[in-house]
Amino acid sequence: MPVHHPALTALKFRRLAPSIWDVVIFAMVIGAFALIALAGRETLQPLAVAAAPISLDPAVLPHYALRTTLRMLLAMAASLIFTFAFGALAAKSRRAETVLIPLLDILQSIPVLGFLSFTVTGFMALFPGQVLGVELAAIFAIFTSQAWNMAYSFYHSTKTIPRDLRDLSESLRLGAWRRFWALEAPYAAPGLIWNAMISMSGAWFFVVASEAISVGKTTVSLPGVGSYVALAIAQHDLVAVGWAVFTMFVVILIYDQLLFRPLVAWAEKFRIEAPAGAPEPGSWVLDLLQRAEFSRRLFRPVGGFLTSLASIRLGRPMTLAPAIAKAWESRYADWLWYSLLAALGLYAAYRATEFIGVGVGWRETLWVLALGLFTLVRVVVLIALASLIWVPVGVWIGLRPQWAERLQPVTQFLAAFPSNLLFPMAVALIVRFHLTPDIWLSPLMILGAQWYILFNVIAGTRAFPGDLLEAAASLRLKGWTWWSKVVLPGIFPSYVTGAITASGGAWNAAIVAEVANWGDTRLSAHGVGAYIADATQGGDLRRVALGVAVMAVYVVLFNRAVWEPLFAAGARQLQTD
Amino acid sequence: MARAATPAPAKPVQKRAGEVLLDIRDLSQTYPKAAADDLLVLDEVNLTLSAGEIVGLLGRSGVGKSSLLRIIAGLTRPAGGELRWRGRPLTGPSEDIAMVFQSFALFPWLSVLENVEIGLEPLGLSVKERRSRSLQAIDLIGLDGFENAYPKELSGGMRQRVGFARALVMQPELLLMDEPFSALDVLTAETIRTDLIDLWMDGKLPLRSILMVSHNIEEAVLMCDRIVLVAGNPGRVADEIRIDLPHPRSRTNPVFRELVDDIYGRMTNPSSTGARAEREAAEADQAGGMGLTLSGVSTNELAGLMETVAADPFAGKADLPELAESLQMEADELFPLAETLQLLRFAGLARGDIRLTAAGRKFVQSDVDARKKLFAEQLLAHVPIAALIRRVLDERPAHRAPYRRFSEELEDFMSEEFAEETLAAVISWGRYAELFAYDDQAEAFSLENPA
Repeated sequence: MPVHHPALTALKFRRLAPSIWDVVIFAMVIGAFALIALAGRETLQPLAVAAAPISLDPAVLPHYALRTTLRMLLAMAASLIFTFAFGALAAKSRRAETVLIPLLDILQSIPVLGFLSFTVTGFMALFPGQVLGVELAAIFAIFTSQAWNMAYSFYHSTKTIPRDLRDLSESLRLGAWRRFWALEAPYAAPGLIWNAMISMSGAWFFVVASEAISVGKTTVSLPGVGSYVALAIAQHDLVAVGWAVFTMFVVILIYDQLLFRPLVAWAEKFRIEAPAGAPEPGSWVLDLLQRAEFSRRLFRPVGGFLTSLASIRLGRPMTLAPAIAKAWESRYADWLWYSLLAALGLYAAYRATEFIGVGVGWRETLWVLALGLFTLVRVVVLIALASLIWVPVGVWIGLRPQWAERLQPVTQFLAAFPSNLLFPMAVALIVRFHLTPDIWLSPLMILGAQWYILFNVIAGTRAFPGDLLEAAASLRLKGWTWWSKVVLPGIFPSYVTGAITASGGAWNAAIVAEVANWGDTRLSAHGVGAYIADATQGGDLRRVALGVAVMAVYVVLFNRAVWEPLFAAGARQLQTD
Repeated sequence: MARAATPAPAKPVQKRAGEVLLDIRDLSQTYPKAAADDLLVLDEVNLTLSAGEIVGLLGRSGVGKSSLLRIIAGLTRPAGGELRWRGRPLTGPSEDIAMVFQSFALFPWLSVLENVEIGLEPLGLSVKERRSRSLQAIDLIGLDGFENAYPKELSGGMRQRVGFARALVMQPELLLMDEPFSALDVLTAETIRTDLIDLWMDGKLPLRSILMVSHNIEEAVLMCDRIVLVAGNPGRVADEIRIDLPHPRSRTNPVFRELVDDIYGRMTNPSSTGARAEREAAEADQAGGMGLTLSGVSTNELAGLMETVAADPFAGKADLPELAESLQMEADELFPLAETLQLLRFAGLARGDIRLTAAGRKFVQSDVDARKKLFAEQLLAHVPIAALIRRVLDERPAHRAPYRRFSEELEDFMSEEFAEETLAAVISWGRYAELFAYDDQAEAFSLENPA
C-alpha cells in the first residue's frame, strides 16, 4: 500500500533555504550557550576569589541579572523534577498519598526564609571553601518558594484524568513510564506551566533575600540582583535601587516573552476543553520557532530523541504472587504502615522538642505563640483592607475585557515585583513622621501579596456567565443588591483562591516586613516574623525552629478553619446541577 | 432458553466459527466502596463467547453490564468466579482483546495517526511497521485524509472511527464495545453501524468476535447474533435471545419488530426469569422495601409521561416501543420513568405495555394542588424511605433530621453511590409533594417550609 502521509508529502516541496528567522534563532541559541558557560565557570571558583565585593555600578547589572536568572531557572528545573516525582507518587499510591499531601500543606506554610537559615550551613559544609555551596543554598531557597504549588497542581491534574483515558492506557498496556509521558504529563501541562509562571514571579521576592546570606557570623553575597539591592539599601543609595528595579523589569519581560508565553501558547494543545470566553494565547516566539526552517531542523532530532526516550518500556506491570498482593492490599498492611508513621512522628516530635527545649522555656514558647497571634491579626486585617480595595477594582476591570487584556501583564509584573525593594522608603517615612512601627510596618506585608486578590477577582469576573449579567441588567438590579446577590457570590471561589494565596504571601513576608532596615536604622514590630528574623540574625537555630514551627501551625490551622470551608461553601453554591 | 426467530440463513464463515473463545463461570463482582463487604454488582454470571458471533449485552443502567465488560477487558478483577480466554485464565489486559469506548477516549494532544499508533508501541514493532499497519487500519475504517488532524478538529463520528481504528490496528481477536454509538447523533450512529457490519460480513475485520454493551434495543437487534439480557440487583444473565435474521437487517421487517417487542416485554417483566427474581423480591421485602434503589427522574417527566399515555392515540394504554418512538426516547431512558410510575401505582407494566391506573388517570385530570396531594399519598404509601423520613421528622421534637440518618440506613442495602442517588430522588419528590424540606448546606431534613 502506498504511504499517503500529508506531512511527508508537504516536506518534499518545502524550500530548504534558510530564512531570516533562522539567523535570529541561531544567534539566540549560541548566545544562550555562551552565557550559560560564562556564568557556570564563575560558580566553580573558590569562595575567596568570587567574594569580590558587590559593586553598585549599573554596568555590572546585566551580569548580575544573568546570574540571578540562572539561579531561578535551575531552581525551576529542580522544582519540575520534584513535582514529577512527588505528584506521581502521591497520585499512584494511596499510602504515600496519606503522608505526602499533608506534608505539602505544611511545607508550603513554612516561611521560605526559614528554610534558608537551616540549609545554608549544611550546603556550605558540603562544598567547603567553594561558591557552589552558597549557590546551592540560594538555589534551594528559591526552589522552596517555587515547588509546592507546582507539585500540587500536578497531583491535582493526575487525580482528575478522565477515567476513560486511564482505562485506555491500561488496556493498551503502555507501562508506567510511557503512560507518564503519553498521558499524565501532557494532561497536567497547562496547569503546571501556569503554576510555574506564578512561582517564577513569586521567587523574585526571595531572590532579594537569599543572595545576600547572613546566618550568624557567616555573611556571603553572591553576585546577583538581590545582593546589589541589599548593598544599595545598606548604603542608602536610592538611584541604585531604581537601577535594580529597572533591570528586574527587563529580565521579567525577557523571560516572559521568550520562555513562558511560548510555553503557555504551546501547552494549549494539551487542553481537553478550551476555557470559555478567554482568547487563545499566542506567542510570536512560538510562531517564529515553528516557522523557521533552522529551528525545525534543530528540534526534529531533539524531539525524536525525546520521543524515543519517552517510549522506553519501563515499569512493566508487576505481577506479584497473589498471596503477597493480597497481603500488600490488606488492612493489616495499612495498620502496619500507619503505626510506622505514628512511631516516626513521635520520634521526630521528641527530637524536635529536645532540640528546641534546650535554652527555650515554656514562658518563651507561650510568648512566641502570642507573637504569632499578633501576626495573625495583622494578616487578617490586611487581607480585609486589601479586599475592600481590590475586589471592586477587579470587578470593574473584569467587566471590561479590553482593559483586562491590557492590564493583565501589568498585574503580573506587579505580582513579580519584590516589594522588599520599597521597604527602605517606608522606613524613612516612619522615622521621619515618628510613626508606630507596630502599625505602620504592617502594610509592607501585603504589598506584594495583594495582587493575587486583584488578578483572581479579574479572572473570576471574566468567567462570570454573560447571560446572568444580562438578566441582572434586565431586572434593573443595582447598587448593593447587584453586588451581594449577583457578582460577589459568582466570583467568590476565585476571590477565596486569591485570598488564600495572598495570606500565604503575607505570612511569608512577615519575616522581612516586621523588621525593616534602611542603612543603620532598624525598625521592628512585635510579631513572629520579627522573632524569626532576629533569631536568624543571631544565628540561634533553636529559636528559628520554634518561630517557624509556630508560624506553620498558625498558617495550617487558619487555612483549615477558615479558607477551606469558605471555598467549599462558595463552590457548592455555584453548582447549577 | 435461546430461541430461533427464523430459520438460520447461510452466514459467511468466520475463521473457525464456533470455537469457544471466552468462557465465564460463576463470576461475581462487589461494589468498590460499599459499606457492607458483601454488596454485589454481579452475581453468578455465566457467559460463553464463540468465534464468529456478535453478542450484545442488554440491560438497564446500573445493572452491571459495563462492570462485566471492564472485567473482560482486564481493567478490574472480579471478586469471584472464573474467566478463561481460549482455555487460559485471564488476569489482566490481553493483547487479543481491544476495547472501544463510549466517550471515544482519544488523546487530545495526539493526531489521528499518533492516536492509532500508540497502541502498537508496547508490541515492540519497528517504526516502519507501526506506520504501515496504522495507515492500513485508518484506511479500512474510512479515515483516509484525516491522518494529521487532531481529535478536536473531528466530528463525533470521525472521532469514534479513530477509536475503532485504534482497536483494530492491534489485530485483536475480540473487540469489546461499551455503548460505542450512544454519544453520536442518530444519523452518524446508523452510518458507522452499517459500515462496521458490512466490514464484518465481508470478513475484512481482523476480529473473531465482538461483544458490545448497548442500551438501545433496536441497535442490539440490528447488529447482534445473540442478545444477552442482564437484569436484577445484583446483575445476572436473565435471558438469551438468538437472532438469526440475515444482514442487512431492516427495521421495518415484521420479524424484526416482533423481536424488538419481545425484548421490551422480557425487560419489563423480570418475573419471567423465574425463581431467582422471586427470591430477590422476597429479599427486598424483608428489608421493608429499603433495598429499593430509586432513579432520579423528575416529577415533570412523570407527569408528562402520564399525560402522554392518557392522551390520544394511546388513551390510557401504550405499547412501550411505540411510546419510545413517539417520544424519541431510548429504552433505557423510558424504563426508569415507567418503573417509577409503576412503583407509585400510577401505572402498571406488563408484557411491554404500560397502562395507567385509576390514580394515574385522576392525576392527569387534577389541578396543581390536587396533583401534589395525590403524589404525596402515593409516595407515602409505596416508597418506604419517603415514609420513614416523614415518620422520623414527625416523631422528633425539633422536626429535623440529618442526611446521614437516612443515607446510613440505605447503605446497609446498597452502595454509597446508589444510596446518594436514591436519596436525591426522594428529596426531589418529597419537595414536590411538600412532604418535607431539605437544606443542602446544613445537609438536614426538616418540616419547615418557607412560607
